[in-house]
Amino acid sequence: MQAFSDLLERLILTASRNTKVELMVNYFRQTPDPARGWTLAVLTGELDIPGVKGGSIRRLAEDRVDPELFRMSYDYVGDLAETVSLIWPSRRGANRIPPMEDVIEALLGATRPEGERLVAGWLDMLEPPQRWALIKMVTGGLRIGVSARLTKVALAEMGGVEPAEIEEIWHGLAPPNESLFAWLDGDAEKPSPDIKAPFRPVMLAHPLVTKDKRDDPDAIDPAMIDPSIFAAEWKYDGIRVQAVSERGVRRIYTRTGDDISHTFPDVLAAMDFEAAIDGELLIRAPNGEVAPFNELQQRLNRKTVTRKQMEARPAMIRAYDILVEGGEDLRTLPFSERRKRLETFVERTGSDRIDLSPLVPVTSLDALEAARNDPPAPEIEGLMLKRWDSVYEAGRPTGPWWKWKRDPFLVDAVMMYAQRGHGRRSSFHSDFTFGVWREGEDGEDELTPVGKAYFGFTDEELKQLDKFVRENTVDRFGPVRAVTANKEKGLVLEVAFEGLQRSPRHKSGLAMRFPRVNRIRWDKPSAEADRLETLEKMLPADPLFGKSSPA
Amino acid sequence: MAGKTCGQILYGQAMIRPDLLLHPTPKGLYCPPGDFYIDPVRGSVDRAVVTHGHADHARSGHGAVLATPETLAIMDARYGEDFTANRQPIEYGETVEINGVTVWMSPAGHVLGSAQVVVEWKGLRMVCTGDYKRRRDPTCRQFEPVPDTHVFISEATFGLPVFKHPDTDGEIRKLLDSVALFPDRTHLVGVYALGKAQRVIKLLREAGYNETLYIHGALEKLCQLYEDHGVALGPLETATLDTKERGAQERFRGKIVLGPPSSFHDKWGRRFPDPLPCFASGWMSVRQRAKQSGVELPLIISDHADWDELTDTVREVNPEELWITHGREDALVRWAELEGRKARPLRLVGYEDESID
Ligand SMILES: [Zn+2]
Ligand SMILES: [Zn+2]
Repeated sequence: MQAFSDLLERLILTASRNTKVELMVNYFRQTPDPARGWTLAVLTGELDIPGVKGGSIRRLAEDRVDPELFRMSYDYVGDLAETVSLIWPSRRGANRIPPMEDVIEALLGATRPEGERLVAGWLDMLEPPQRWALIKMVTGGLRIGVSARLTKVALAEMGGVEPAEIEEIWHGLAPPNESLFAWLDGDAEKPSPDIKAPFRPVMLAHPLVTKDKRDDPDAIDPAMIDPSIFAAEWKYDGIRVQAVSERGVRRIYTRTGDDISHTFPDVLAAMDFEAAIDGELLIRAPNGEVAPFNELQQRLNRKTVTRKQMEARPAMIRAYDILVEGGEDLRTLPFSERRKRLETFVERTGSDRIDLSPLVPVTSLDALEAARNDPPAPEIEGLMLKRWDSVYEAGRPTGPWWKWKRDPFLVDAVMMYAQRGHGRRSSFHSDFTFGVWREGEDGEDELTPVGKAYFGFTDEELKQLDKFVRENTVDRFGPVRAVTANKEKGLVLEVAFEGLQRSPRHKSGLAMRFPRVNRIRWDKPSAEADRLETLEKMLPADPLFGKSSPA
Repeated sequence: MAGKTCGQILYGQAMIRPDLLLHPTPKGLYCPPGDFYIDPVRGSVDRAVVTHGHADHARSGHGAVLATPETLAIMDARYGEDFTANRQPIEYGETVEINGVTVWMSPAGHVLGSAQVVVEWKGLRMVCTGDYKRRRDPTCRQFEPVPDTHVFISEATFGLPVFKHPDTDGEIRKLLDSVALFPDRTHLVGVYALGKAQRVIKLLREAGYNETLYIHGALEKLCQLYEDHGVALGPLETATLDTKERGAQERFRGKIVLGPPSSFHDKWGRRFPDPLPCFASGWMSVRQRAKQSGVELPLIISDHADWDELTDTVREVNPEELWITHGREDALVRWAELEGRKARPLRLVGYEDESID
C-alpha cells in the first residue's frame, strides 16, 4: 500500500502528462507482481469492490469522531476520502502497512459487513496518505487526472511497445495481469488471450488545414489533395465507436478501446450481426435527425441507464466502415471494397439503430470546400476524406485519410477574468474567461461571460497575456483575477469555437464547444467587441428539444 | 491556590472576573489595569506587549514595545530602528510590573524569540500563547507550559481534527528523496521568511544536506539574524540571476531554492529551469489545497500546533477557562464542550492564517 499511495499522491499533484507517465513507468518497473497488477486495475477503473461505498466510510468515521466535528472538518476539506483519512484516530502501536494484494484479495471475498470491518481495521493501522489511497481504492472514482488511456501509454513505454498492441489484448486480460507484465518485462511472449468480440485499434485521420493556420504542424494545403482518388463523407459530432458482435458477445468500444457497452443497451440489442463496424454513436432527435452533442452527453458517464433516458434519447450508430464480417478480416481490403461490403451489410441488418453514413459527391475541391462550410445539419463538424485505395490501418498514418473541419465560428470577446494554469504554466495566467456586450438591467451595456479558453496562443503570446493580466488586475478571488474590462479599456480576444448550444447552466444562456484564442486583438477597442445578439444568431435553428431552450 | 466558581475566579477573598484583566477589543486583546495591548492589530497604541515577530502580531508604530530581545531584533530588521520610541526587552522568565500588573514571558516554540505572555493581577493568572507549537524546532526555544494558569488564551490556526501534522523529519526526507529522483529539476521550496525558512534550512542540515542552499533576497536579513543569534545555517547564497548571461539559470538544476511562496509566481520564480514547486506549511496536509495552489510536492511542516498539540496542551495546562484568539475556533470550542471545559471564542480579527499567495 505504501508504494501505491505514494504513486497516487504524486499523480494527483502533477499536472504534466509526461511526468505522470514517467511516475507510472517507474512504479510498474519497481513494484513486484501482483501488487502492480492490482494497481493497474485500480488506475484503469476495472476494479469493482462491492459493498464498501462512500456512505459506509462516512458512517465508520462518525462512529469514532464526534459527528459535529466531522461535519466542520468535511465542510473545510470538501472531499470525503481526504476528510476521513485525516480525521481517523490513530491507534498507536497498530501501524503495519498491509501489502496491496492482501487488501484487495480480502475485500474481493468479503461480504459487506466483513468489508467494512476490514477497512476499519486497516484505517486504524495506516497513516493518512495510505488511508486516503485505501478509501479512494475501495470507493472507486479516483479522480487523479489519469485516464485508462494514459495508463496504457505508460505500460507501452515501460515495455517498449505500441499502445495499440496493449489495447488489442486489453479485454482478454484480467487483474492482476501477470502475463501482461511478464511480456512487458521481456520475460515472456505477448499474451494471446482468447477474446470474444475484441477491440481492433482504430484508424484516425490528420486534420487538413491551410498552411497559415499555425496550430497543427502537420497541416497541409488542401490544394495538394487530388479529389479524384478520394471519397468524402460527413464527420458527425458524436462519439467515434467500434461496435463488435462476434460469437454471441456484443461490445461497444470508444476509439481508445474503452468498453461502453453497458451505457448503450439499446444499441447493443440491435447488434444482431456477426461483424465489427466503425461508426459514430449519435442520438436520434424526435424528428429523425441527429440530435446535438449535449443530448448524447446526457447519456454518457452513467453507470446505469434508465428506460426513460433510452426513450427520450435513443442512441444509434452511423456506420463509416466495416472491419470484420462473418469472421473474415476486411481491414486489408481497400476502402472501395469495404464500402461496398458495408452498404450491403447495413441494408441486410435492417435496423433503425444502425444506418449508413452517406457519401458526399466529389466533383471538385471547390465543391468540397463549399460543402464543408455549409453542411446539411449543424451536428456535422466537417468532412472526412478517405482514399478509395486505403487499407484500414491502426494509428494516424499521414496520407490515406484526412479530416477537413468546417471553419470555426469566430467572435471578438473581451477578457474578464484570468486564472493561473497548471504544471509548466502554473506561473502564468493562462485560463481566460471572456465576455461579450449586452444591455444590462439598468440599460447600460455590460459584459456577460460566454466562455473560457486556455489554449490557442503561443508561449510568447502567453507571456504577453500574463503581463496584461498582472498590470490590469482590479480584483482577486483566490486564484482568479478580475481584469479591467470596460468600454474604455479592455483586451479583445478573437475566440474560435466549433459550435454553440443553449445552456441554462451558463449565465449567458449559451455554451461554446472547444473555444480557444484564435488571435489577440491588441489593436481593437474593447467597445467594438461583439454583442450577445451576434452569438445568438449563430445558434442552430429551432432547438429540437424543448429542454434546451433558454431557462 | 485558586478555587473556582461558575464564570469567576476566586482568589482569597476577592472575586475577579478575568474580563477585568484582559478582554478583546477591535484593536486586540486589552489589559485595562495595566493599560496595554497584547499583539495589537490595528493602529498604534501607547503600550504593546508582543508575542513574536510575525508581521500580523508585531506591527510598527507603537509608543512602547515589551518583547523578548530576539523579537525586538526581528522588528528592527523588518521595520527599521524607528519601529517604536521605546523598546523594553524582557528575557524569558524575567518579570515586569506594569501599573500593578505582573507580566512575564514563557517560550512558545513558534519562531525565534516567540513567547507566551503571562499576565498576573490580584492572584489571577492568564496566559496568552500568541502562536505556538510543541514539536522540536532546532531554531528556537521549546514551548514551556505555565502551571496554575486560570485562563489559557490559545491560538487555533489548525483547530480542526483533520490537522495532524506528520513527523517533520519524514517531510524533510520527502524533499531530499524528490531531489534525488528529479536531479534535473529545481526544487523551489515555499517558506515564510521568518521562522519557517530557517527551520527548514536547519532541518536539511541535520538530515545531512550540506550543499549550498539558494535563498530569495527577502530571506537574507532574517537568515543573517538567526545566524547572529547562534543558529548556524550552513552555506547559503542569494539566488540572483544575471539574465543577460546565457545559461546562468542552468546552475540551479538539482538544487534547492527557498523563497516566500508568493515569489514563485512572479518574475523571480519563473526563471528557474524546470521548477518543481514545493511548499512547507501545515496547510499542505489537505491535498486539495496543495493542488489548487499548484504545489507538486507538499511538505507538511508547521510552526503552529496541530489538533493533537492544541488539545493535549489544553489538557496539560488544565486551565479554568479556555479562550481562543484566532483560527478555527468553533471546532475547539466544540471539543471543549465535549470535554466539559469552559471555552470562549474571542474572534479577534486581524491575525492571518499562514496562507498561500
Ligand atoms: Zn506567527
Ligand atoms: Zn498568528
